[in-house]
Amino acid sequence: MESSELKRSKDSVNSCESARRSSFPDEVLERVLSLLKSHRDRSSVSLVCKDWYNAERWSRTHVFIGNCYSVSPEIVARRFPRIRSVTLKGKPRFSDFNLVPENWGADIHAWLVVFAAEYPFLEELRLKRMAISDESLEFLAVSFPNFKALSLLSCDGFSTNGLAAIATHCKNLTELDIQENGIDDIGGSWLSCFPESFTTLEVLNFANLTSDINFDALEKLVGRCKSMRVLKLNRSVSLEQLQRLLVNAPQLAELGTGLFSQELTIREYEELESALSNCKNMHTLSGLWDATGIYLPALYLACTHLTFLNLSYAALQSVELAKLLAHCPQLKRLWVLDTVEDKGLEAVGLNCPLLEELRVFPADPFDDEIVHGVTEAGFVAVSFGCPRLHYVLYFCRQMTNAAVATIVQNCPDFTHFRLCIMNPGQPDYLTNEPMDEAFGAVVRTCTKLQRLSVSGLLTDLTFEYIGRYAKNLETLSVAFAGRSDWGMQCVLGGCPKLRKLEIRDCPFGNAALLSGLEKYESMRSLWMSACNVTMNGCRLLAREMPWLNVEVMKEDGSDDSQADKVYVYRSIAGPRRDAPPSVLTL
Amino acid sequence: MEKGCSKNVESCPQLLDLIPQEREWHHVKRGDGCSEEKKLELRLGPPGEDNWRDESLLSLGYLSSSMKGNGKQTHEFPCPEDHRPVGSVLSTPWGKNPHQQQTKTCSSFLQFPSTTAPPHSLPVMAKESSQPCCNKAVDLQDSERKAFKPPANTAVPLNTSQKRTAPGPVVGWPPIRSIRKNLASNSSSKQASDSPSVDPPNEKPAAEPNGKGQFVKINMDGVPIGRKVDLKAYDSYEKLSTAVDELFRGLLAAQRDSNMKEGEKAITSVLIGSGEYTLVYEDDEGDSMLVGDVPWHMFVSTVKRLRALKSSELPALGLGSSKQGKMKPWNTLPP
Repeated sequence: MESSELKRSKDSVNSCESARRSSFPDEVLERVLSLLKSHRDRSSVSLVCKDWYNAERWSRTHVFIGNCYSVSPEIVARRFPRIRSVTLKGKPRFSDFNLVPENWGADIHAWLVVFAAEYPFLEELRLKRMAISDESLEFLAVSFPNFKALSLLSCDGFSTNGLAAIATHCKNLTELDIQENGIDDIGGSWLSCFPESFTTLEVLNFANLTSDINFDALEKLVGRCKSMRVLKLNRSVSLEQLQRLLVNAPQLAELGTGLFSQELTIREYEELESALSNCKNMHTLSGLWDATGIYLPALYLACTHLTFLNLSYAALQSVELAKLLAHCPQLKRLWVLDTVEDKGLEAVGLNCPLLEELRVFPADPFDDEIVHGVTEAGFVAVSFGCPRLHYVLYFCRQMTNAAVATIVQNCPDFTHFRLCIMNPGQPDYLTNEPMDEAFGAVVRTCTKLQRLSVSGLLTDLTFEYIGRYAKNLETLSVAFAGRSDWGMQCVLGGCPKLRKLEIRDCPFGNAALLSGLEKYESMRSLWMSACNVTMNGCRLLAREMPWLNVEVMKEDGSDDSQADKVYVYRSIAGPRRDAPPSVLTL
Repeated sequence: MEKGCSKNVESCPQLLDLIPQEREWHHVKRGDGCSEEKKLELRLGPPGEDNWRDESLLSLGYLSSSMKGNGKQTHEFPCPEDHRPVGSVLSTPWGKNPHQQQTKTCSSFLQFPSTTAPPHSLPVMAKESSQPCCNKAVDLQDSERKAFKPPANTAVPLNTSQKRTAPGPVVGWPPIRSIRKNLASNSSSKQASDSPSVDPPNEKPAAEPNGKGQFVKINMDGVPIGRKVDLKAYDSYEKLSTAVDELFRGLLAAQRDSNMKEGEKAITSVLIGSGEYTLVYEDDEGDSMLVGDVPWHMFVSTVKRLRALKSSELPALGLGSSKQGKMKPWNTLPP
């Protein structure tokens, strides 16, 4: 629909100019363009001509900013006057793994101040890897009377007090989604801060919190919010409490349970089972902390229409998983822990023919003494049973080139292939060869590949393959790989759609860094840590490319000439002024 | 094969030659695709630059178990329950000024566990009682073992180490969010404690005496990759010693095969029996003990991991309960 309207609109551009705009009023163009949702489409549209640029900017209501430092809030506000929803991403992704200093930046407050002035009717704010304080949350809560949806993913700097402020002041809140954050959970009664009259909540996700919550307040809240469709509890909520909540909320589409382990009487068990099965709309299930074989059967009836099952906090064994999956024929997305082992993954292949996404997380990532987990066999088994698989995140301790070749032969439609062989630089364990051919097979076969994470022992050949074949690749993550600058040069020279490149602990130096001079302006960002890049190389890059911000994070005690961690990103806002002392802007 | 503590002349230089050979791994030319692969068989990371040679020399001396004499190390091993990122501090020395790096390496290694460590001391790897910290100690040993190899995982603990994290795995690797790390370990430990009514089916079988097997890790000085041995397969120290000997002879031979130069001989002699290496182990209290001090069954129930150390390094060790240098038949002589 949108593209055909676009076509019609594009056709009329010529007539537009020749008829001096009289046949195609701005208002109509705006109306048409307002139907465009994708921000990439909108960016393309805005480049057509000046009229289109203006029409687009007036009709845009949601702005997506992939790197908060690529632009300033003032510039955003100047260009887009009618924004009601903002998505902002801050820190580099490796901050999730503690590679970025704590006070690095990405603070939301400056943005909020501008938004309060320019977008008083702001409704939605979705943040990822931003720093947000309780004061900012309170400021947010009182500054925007229409505020509806707050989503915080991998953010830090706030506590439950900030949540209390949101609950207290946001009268129209429909969504409160707190995921995987570095939250200072001091407990408290933030849930009780929702007024008695408050009934609009549709999404409530506090699974991230560890402290006990006021269950009474929660029960009442769920009871009166009849439109609630997403409820994700934290670990402190018991099975019995879950049952009481579900009885009042059978309309839930997404449920995250609390602790799935408690001594229940037969009657209580049956009540739980009944409450779960009454959720006819349930398509997403998560939580399930400490779930064991004993109570999993209570879920069976509720799983009939399940499309997304997140078991990544439940250390299930293979048999338990197999039994559960037998009841999940519609499953499209599955997240598990590697406690299910290869046998569990075989069950996935057997029971889930519609599977599109699989993520296998390690239960004990740092413990080499555990001799199990999953191997290449499990992955291969899934690939035979699930031809529609296109997204995989797989943590394992051994892999072979042959297995990966088989996997992509069975599943050629991969868009996201993230393989993590947990021992850095580990070769094919059967042949002792590098894993080059594995990733060569991936990029050759999976022409739609957008995201790739490589691991294992890799030479420059892997990167030659990537540069030569991965024509749709947008995000590449590399660790402990490569032999020389040539590897990185291949990627920079070869992947036309590359947007994000993150590299750690690889022997790529200045020559490699500087080979991508022009490329970086078409990318969102580059991260290089523990490589061979020097300060001089970074200075040269900064000098040659004024539209790039080149930031170096130094570690104490390291050589002055070494650039320990380099973060390069394009920006129209110029170098940032809020960098901490450990971050040098060149 | 009753040999005294005198070294087998034939094997000595060959074993020592491991060092220059490792150095050569670092000299490998870049971009030299396939020919390098064989050399890199046992490596766990990509090659680095020359300066790693210095690193690896230094680290050779540091592969050992904890020093009880220096007191317990408490501050270096925060447990995951701290909700602090478990991370090490280790970063790659690539491209760093070799000279500077070396001095810093020295001091950092020494400082690592305790600033009061004497100059000849070895990095302490205390094994604390709680499981998660055990893992970290183990991982330190892993990463120190990997110090032979150029890269990434090992190098010098820089300021971040001194600040907050313990010796342990590589910082930020594997790439798992902190929230997952904590929950994973919590769930397995909580199952044991918080849910008395439900049988915890997922307990780690790691070193359980009953059941399937009792696998403990064993590392040998000079061999980057450790192995695991199943203690249940043996019922005496002699058998264990022989098995370990064969195990590492095979490994060392494989290592050397890949770097074999003309005229060099394969290792044929016994490692442990000749007194070249001494078997020590860490018990469940984190102490380093000479293998053979206690009766076999007691050993089996308290051992957490094994090491085969070069006998020449032993005098510098402050071993657990047994006095230094006391070689027992068990730890030096296979039957």
